[in-house]
Amino acid sequence: MNDILLEVKDFGVTLDNTPVLSGLNFTVTEGEFLTVLGPNGSGKTVLLRSLLGLIPHTGEMNWHKKPRIGYLPQGLNQVSVRDMPLTVKDIFGLKELKPAEGVTFLELVGLEGDIINKRAGHLSGGEFQRMLVAWVLASHPNILFLDEPTTAIDVAGGETVYSLIKEIWQRKGLTIFNVTHDLNIVYAHSTHVLCLSRFGHRCYGIPKEILTPDVLRDIYGAEVKLYTH
Amino acid sequence: MTYQLALSLISGIFIAGSAAYLGTLMLSRKMAVIAGPLGHLALPGAALAIVYGFSISLGAFPFVVLGIIVIWLLEIRTKLAMEALTAIVFATGVAIAFLFLPIDKAEAALVGDISKVGIYDTLASMVLGTLVVVIINRSYSKILLINIHEDVAKTEGIDVKLYNLIYLSSIAIIVALGVDLVGGLMTAALVAIPAAAARNVSRTLGQFGATAGLFGIASAALGIVLSTITALPAGPLVILASGIIFLATVPVSRAW
Repeated sequence: MNDILLEVKDFGVTLDNTPVLSGLNFTVTEGEFLTVLGPNGSGKTVLLRSLLGLIPHTGEMNWHKKPRIGYLPQGLNQVSVRDMPLTVKDIFGLKELKPAEGVTFLELVGLEGDIINKRAGHLSGGEFQRMLVAWVLASHPNILFLDEPTTAIDVAGGETVYSLIKEIWQRKGLTIFNVTHDLNIVYAHSTHVLCLSRFGHRCYGIPKEILTPDVLRDIYGAEVKLYTH
Repeated sequence: MTYQLALSLISGIFIAGSAAYLGTLMLSRKMAVIAGPLGHLALPGAALAIVYGFSISLGAFPFVVLGIIVIWLLEIRTKLAMEALTAIVFATGVAIAFLFLPIDKAEAALVGDISKVGIYDTLASMVLGTLVVVIINRSYSKILLINIHEDVAKTEGIDVKLYNLIYLSSIAIIVALGVDLVGGLMTAALVAIPAAAARNVSRTLGQFGATAGLFGIASAALGIVLSTITALPAGPLVILASGIIFLATVPVSRAW
């Protein structure tokens, strides 16, 4: 049995006098791949950002061990760096990492080491996303916060990135806190799921045990079908 | 070379070089346009300096600091687009300036007057220009990470408020110095054009900063020397020189 890493009790967030989250309770154990699932507007990103200390919250949030956080946010894509002549080496330099360290992590995510001298804006969408995963891992985190990490790339590229994250999660014994609205990701990769909905319905547990058709209808407010291949 | 020309060249080179280097960061945040209204807000200070006979940069500085606070507060309070704030700040700055500024002395405030710079202003340009380059150089990666994604910077433990303060203070110093070189109307160009030209020809971040600084220095030197030859004001010639450098880089642009 793994130790508890994070314990959240009676957690709430209010933005512009509107409660977005309230009365939330869950724990994250070490080595867990927890996915926060829910439709748009259910407060997934708000939860993630408040756990990172970026938005104020009410209730308790107790780290049982000091976290070393890696954060891959939504919207960090090639457009964000296109205004600047940045090589991959420069991007690793933003975290004051040496090129040799950068190469180690680029190879870990299956990229050629010499990509470090390429312009970040010239990488393909998939290569850029892998590079970002390497960049996040280079901070030596013990918990990764991922916010829709595959929105900027196509379905095949997205699946590759998730397979990569899962492989690294298993190899390095990381804890993962992942936000998505994609049900397939939950079944394919997650050990635990936390559901949020706009209607106040919640669930928390092992995906195959708790994600029944009735629960999914409550979460998404409509019939949801999962196509398995 | 005359003593006065040497002073003008030294001042111009330090001001334009440091402004261009800072401009590389402002380009990443699409903030180069902010130097415009700040330059305009500096006009009342420049007007007071001209009327009472002290350094234009010294007069401009408190007004630029005030301008930064005003823009910052207005943006938070009103959530208005930066373009709207620019229009408000621009008009207010220019209106106040012309209330105080004798129209026959307006030229120095509007287009700068580096050709008459004194030894103390030259020394101030050297010290402050170097200070800005050193501070920005040491903070560059952190400020750039904040510009690219503020939340990531915060989770990396970067004190965003502190680095924003450093960044805005550097902008205030550069705009105040820039008013002396090119006047209140064209300070944005001093920051933006050499950086934009450098972006066209740079492949890495290191090349970007160094090339921008060189382009800034070359523009200032060229503009000031041309001014002594043609007897035209140096400020517009400095900006014109940087515009020509920018145009020359367009055919070899490596952007995409």
